[in-house]
Amino acid sequence: MNNRGFYTLFAKEVWRFLKVWVQTILAPVVTVFLYLLVFASVLSDNIEVYKGVGYTEFLIPGLIMMAVLQNAFANSSSSLFQAKQNGSIIFILLSPVSSMEFYLAYVLASIVRGICVGIGVWVVTFIFTISFVYNLMMITGFAVLGSGILGALGLIASIWADKWDHISAFQNFVILPLSFLSGVFFSIESLPPFWSKISYFNPFFYLIDGFRFGFLGVSEISPYFSLMIGSLFFLFVSAVCTAMLKSGYKLRA
Amino acid sequence: MCPAVKISKINKKYGDLHALRDINFSIGENTYFGLLGPNGAGKSTLINIMAGLVIPTSGAIEIMGYNVSTMWRRARMSVGIVPQELVYDSFFTVREMLRLQSGYFGYGPENYPWIDQLIESLRLTEKSGENLQRLSGGMKRRVLIAQALVHKPRVIVLDEPTAGVDVELRQVLWDLTRELHKEGHTILLTTHYIEEAEALCQKIAILDKGRMVALETTKDLLNRYPYRLFNIKFSEDVSVRLEALPDSLKKLVVSFKKNRITLKLHREKEGIGDVLEALISAGIHIVDIQTDEPGLEEVFRALTGEHSDE
Repeated sequence: MNNRGFYTLFAKEVWRFLKVWVQTILAPVVTVFLYLLVFASVLSDNIEVYKGVGYTEFLIPGLIMMAVLQNAFANSSSSLFQAKQNGSIIFILLSPVSSMEFYLAYVLASIVRGICVGIGVWVVTFIFTISFVYNLMMITGFAVLGSGILGALGLIASIWADKWDHISAFQNFVILPLSFLSGVFFSIESLPPFWSKISYFNPFFYLIDGFRFGFLGVSEISPYFSLMIGSLFFLFVSAVCTAMLKSGYKLRA
Repeated sequence: MCPAVKISKINKKYGDLHALRDINFSIGENTYFGLLGPNGAGKSTLINIMAGLVIPTSGAIEIMGYNVSTMWRRARMSVGIVPQELVYDSFFTVREMLRLQSGYFGYGPENYPWIDQLIESLRLTEKSGENLQRLSGGMKRRVLIAQALVHKPRVIVLDEPTAGVDVELRQVLWDLTRELHKEGHTILLTTHYIEEAEALCQKIAILDKGRMVALETTKDLLNRYPYRLFNIKFSEDVSVRLEALPDSLKKLVVSFKKNRITLKLHREKEGIGDVLEALISAGIHIVDIQTDEPGLEEVFRALTGEHSDE
């Protein structure tokens, strides 16, 4: 095990996004602030998703988690794809860093970015309402799990992609629909029965529902079941990702 | 003692293209080795297999006794590769990049004095705090060399390091690689500049269309070309008189320009005495004669049928 190599790669990935924090931390926080400004202002008095829970309180955890997931994906996908495009990936490929160390370094850095953005968004939501924490362990657990999954998906997308268009396609046609149709803005029970059933096949739904439980103490399904589904999905994407890295798919000719 | 690099029956196919065919050779420790060949000969593919960037279709490579596929960690610790392309990470400065690269190889702050030394010897001191994106091509090349040396590898591979660099940097690189060779490192250099290989390398392999067409010491390789060139200058335009010379002499002429000709003579089979006698008999007045010893350029051309890019 090349501990120092792993740690250096992890530190470099964190350092990379901190060097451009305006783009990687501040910008997503501002985006979520705008979402809240529009949705919470317009709909807060009209919708009650759970009994006794206002729409703003319902929306905030979903938006925080959506930002966590999207930024975790953006971190690994943009960093690796950029390195692939400009050739600087060679510096890592030439070094004695294993595919597992490579995977862990990128995914952990994505988790750090996801959590940084999540904390930023949470702080900004204080402008609208103070969202109390019901179960911090659940919040942390789902944030880590979700950003880990998206970090791994970002790696898969960037290894597979040959041009920026492919990354955008992955983001727009996979990540975005999955995160928008996961119950961020509404309860999936409010959907027509067919779409409601379909939503149960969306792994993002479990991540957001479990994360929301950590804030509100209520959820559509058991948070432990969500944790199990999330963990299984994490294992699946991790297996795919490490297999791609080990085989050298699109990285080593 | 195991060789520094052992290449055994390496084949690489890309679909129908056979990029490398049964490449077999070893590089002894502390050898300054040249790998030559025209574009598309397979030099970079071979180096990329050594680096673990390309997976061979068959065959194996060992670096300092470590197989690059099965003992890849130790093999990668033993080799430093300077890539051909000017690649860099635009997020970091020179010093930051070198420290990161050192970290990938398992080194921490204890390696910083060596990094400082590299920065100094490659004349990067003034640019060490500069973002890599803002450096000139030559400076970026120096950083790539420093990155390859940051873990003090026993074997150093330079893939066309002097391509497109100015004379000053070329000299710096030559001096640096000579110094590293003197210190006991094994150097593998690929280059398009034949004079560079001639000046630096002790042993040379020539690849052509994926096959190895020569593997000899530089001296033996030079002796392979048994011709020497004679540049003869006359007192007047001799076009008409040369027509009258015997065919056996005419076939030796490789170039002609009014009062100058260049003749290519076999060292052992064709004597200059006979040639001069024939010229004098034809009434031609010779003003000057210069001999031109062949270099690797001619050997390279004879073996590959191509000119170098120089």
